[in-house]
Amino acid sequence: MEDFILGISIVMALLAMVVLYRVVYGPTVLDRIVGAGVIGTKTTILLCLMGLIYKRIDMFVDIALAYALLNFIATLAAAKFFRVRKSIMPGAKSFKDREMGR
Amino acid sequence: MTTTLSILSAVLMIVGAFFFFTASIGMLRFPDFYTRMHAAGKGDTLGAFLMLSGMALYNLHAGFTLVAFLVSVKIMLIAFFIFIANPTACHAITKAALDAGVAPWTMKEGKK
Repeated sequence: MEDFILGISIVMALLAMVVLYRVVYGPTVLDRIVGAGVIGTKTTILLCLMGLIYKRIDMFVDIALAYALLNFIATLAAAKFFRVRKSIMPGAKSFKDREMGR
Repeated sequence: MTTTLSILSAVLMIVGAFFFFTASIGMLRFPDFYTRMHAAGKGDTLGAFLMLSGMALYNLHAGFTLVAFLVSVKIMLIAFFIFIANPTACHAITKAALDAGVAPWTMKEGKK
């Protein structure tokens, strides 16, 4: 069973590499943020798996919980920050311009 | 009893890894931002929930003690939090994209 958990951890790490493509080459800023959020969720799972491998799950589960909270708050803050920017897509109108009728 | 719990948790982890795999492929291959959010928001949430459920079951396989049970409850707390927070973050960032004017992907004219 330990080998199985190690294999699942390796699969998680490889899938994080796959999503890293979207973080590096994402066409918009929001694509990068979403990719970072997906990698953060995978890291939460990976922390719990590491706890099972090292048989210290009671310690690693707190770290995983803190990481999940930080990941959520980071995504929300980035969403709030980039909402009022109009340079996400070239040539796009932001909602401020549309409200003012520009 | 122990073998049953191990097999059940292994099945849950494999199904969770499958959902993570589909979410990653969707992030890589979908054509625009909103369809990518569809892959990331749903596949990731269900994958994390199944994976953490499998881990909480596997944590109980050595013997049902109070400490192991409390740690399993904490793992399920993470799963519950991800189940609420991940769709919320997905909704917030999609609304931000819509307000910032990211154009949705549509089929081109004259191309079926």
